[in-house]
Amino acid sequence: MISKLKNNDKLLMIVFAILVLAGPIILAPFGAGYPDLLQRFAIFGILAVGYNILFGLTGYLSFGHAAFLGVGSYSTVWMFKLLTMNIIPGIILAVIMSGLFALLIGFITLRRSGIYFSILTLAFAQMSYSLAYSVLTPITNGETGLQLSLADARVLDPVNTSGSIPSTNLFGLEMNDTWRTTILGMDFQFNVGFYVSAFILIGMFYLSIRIFRSPFGLMLRAIKSNQNRLIYTGINTRPYTLAAFVISGMYAGLAGGLLASMDPLAGAERMQWTESGSIILMVILGGTGTLLGPVLGAGVIKYFEAIFSRINENVLHAWFDILPGFMENAMVWIVLPFVGKGWQLTLGLVFMLVVIFLPGGLMEGATRIGNWVMKLKNRGSADSTKTSAKTSAKSSDE
Amino acid sequence: MGILEVQNVNKHFGGLHALNNVNLDVKEGAIHAIIGPNGAGKSTFLNCLIGKLAPDTGSVMFQGEPVLGKKPYQINQMGISRVFQTPEIFSDLTVFENVMIPCFAHRDGSFMLNAWKAIKGETDIREQADRILLDVNMQDKLHMNAASLSRGDKRRLELAMCLSQDPKLMLLDEPTAGMARADTNATIDLLRDISEKRGITMVIIEHDMHVVFSLADTISVLAQGAIIAEGLPDEIKGHPKVREAYLGEAEV
Repeated sequence: MISKLKNNDKLLMIVFAILVLAGPIILAPFGAGYPDLLQRFAIFGILAVGYNILFGLTGYLSFGHAAFLGVGSYSTVWMFKLLTMNIIPGIILAVIMSGLFALLIGFITLRRSGIYFSILTLAFAQMSYSLAYSVLTPITNGETGLQLSLADARVLDPVNTSGSIPSTNLFGLEMNDTWRTTILGMDFQFNVGFYVSAFILIGMFYLSIRIFRSPFGLMLRAIKSNQNRLIYTGINTRPYTLAAFVISGMYAGLAGGLLASMDPLAGAERMQWTESGSIILMVILGGTGTLLGPVLGAGVIKYFEAIFSRINENVLHAWFDILPGFMENAMVWIVLPFVGKGWQLTLGLVFMLVVIFLPGGLMEGATRIGNWVMKLKNRGSADSTKTSAKTSAKSSDE
Repeated sequence: MGILEVQNVNKHFGGLHALNNVNLDVKEGAIHAIIGPNGAGKSTFLNCLIGKLAPDTGSVMFQGEPVLGKKPYQINQMGISRVFQTPEIFSDLTVFENVMIPCFAHRDGSFMLNAWKAIKGETDIREQADRILLDVNMQDKLHMNAASLSRGDKRRLELAMCLSQDPKLMLLDEPTAGMARADTNATIDLLRDISEKRGITMVIIEHDMHVVFSLADTISVLAQGAIIAEGLPDEIKGHPKVREAYLGEAEV
């Protein structure tokens, strides 16, 4: 299977899989090694990878992807209520429903391109949000959100006698099951839900590499580059953009289904346009059109959300403890607006810096550092081995 | 019977009668030039042929099949390829990818959902693209970004892209605009070569009389939306109406 990819992609795929699976170990020192956040990394990674197939390849900027996330979540929770607490049927329904929904919305919105397309998707997303919030209350349970209850049918599951709502599982493996261990005073948590999401993320990442390297992906990139030329080259661009839209919508639905699988409730606020906006931020921050960028962007944003929002005044005082009293207070006064409730201010600053200085996102930064390191290395060994410098320069070109 | 038959095409833009009963009969394998002063309706006419504009009345038949009413991509799939006045290429992609796209369009038609196949495995397409780039002498620029090509190379690339579709008819809008004399001559040779070797019919819109008279088999003169003369290059040179409308202003 993997041999069909380019050599570089094979390496990328292996490194990616190792990094993702070792996530609980790598992220623990950064205070991010707990299940809830790890799950979010993986799930929003899937979302961003899917969004990148639309935005990164075709350049169509959709403000409506939160709607697919919501559709996925509602579908999955309904499966939990009616059929079984096993996550498989729920996730399958989430993908199918969001795909159908994307087909409908895409069919209408893709008649336009550029800013008009973006506005149309925004309108659709807001419409879906309002529907979920009010009109469709029988399906979505309005403002309260769709929740599980003891009275739910769950026809496939054995009769529940425990008196509490059963937890979501994968053939008996409960999502919130966590195996904890302490090594060198560090707490490591290996959570079932995270590993389910992680394996799906790896699979979805592989799928996105395949799409990037396929003739279909080439056509999508051609649409972004010069749609007019493509039309006069005998290509009907509409089905291509629609297919990309549906694929990325299904990715979003899958992410929504997984979110509901980890925490079985679905609310309308998940469909709000600000949520769509944060998906766009993830992709742009990480690097639009790159393979790894979106996952990186999703990780950074979710990290900021989880970690910076928890820093409060007391924590800051502890940080600046070594400074003399008045300076400590001054520093706390300066930093405080950027943490806690103000975490988005920090995110905004980081985002601005990245967009201004690294238009290609964090991936461009990584590439620049990589090239710089390569240059230093080459300079160091230039006299002794000129040939190796040549080959490495060649490989960095590719 | 010509490969392309245009009958009584009219086009109005508001009060302007841009095309006035235009008739054109292009013979298979010929190079047919359309000349005329600025604003004569040459580009409008070409746009009507590729589906970019819809004429008010008239018919356009390509190999006996109607062209009007079809979408631009369908017209292209019939075998009509267009080279634009300013080179239209995929500037974010490499030269090689630029040529692969029309190869795919030629083989797979206007849409194919082949998201699981790898481009690397498409050996026939890759070989075809290689061959075409060799034909136009660009094989050393394979992995360059198309945006970084010189203007002349961009034109050659666009030509290569059209050729890779194996078209029956090529429409060229001022293929030598803005070129130095040496490049112009190279382009003339290239076009003549293509026409002779592949038998592709060409309709060329051109300002440069040097290009027109060294390439064209037949010339039509368009002035104020109407064809005022048509014939062999020698006939056109001496035509009094043409001299008055067009050539009188330019050096021959």
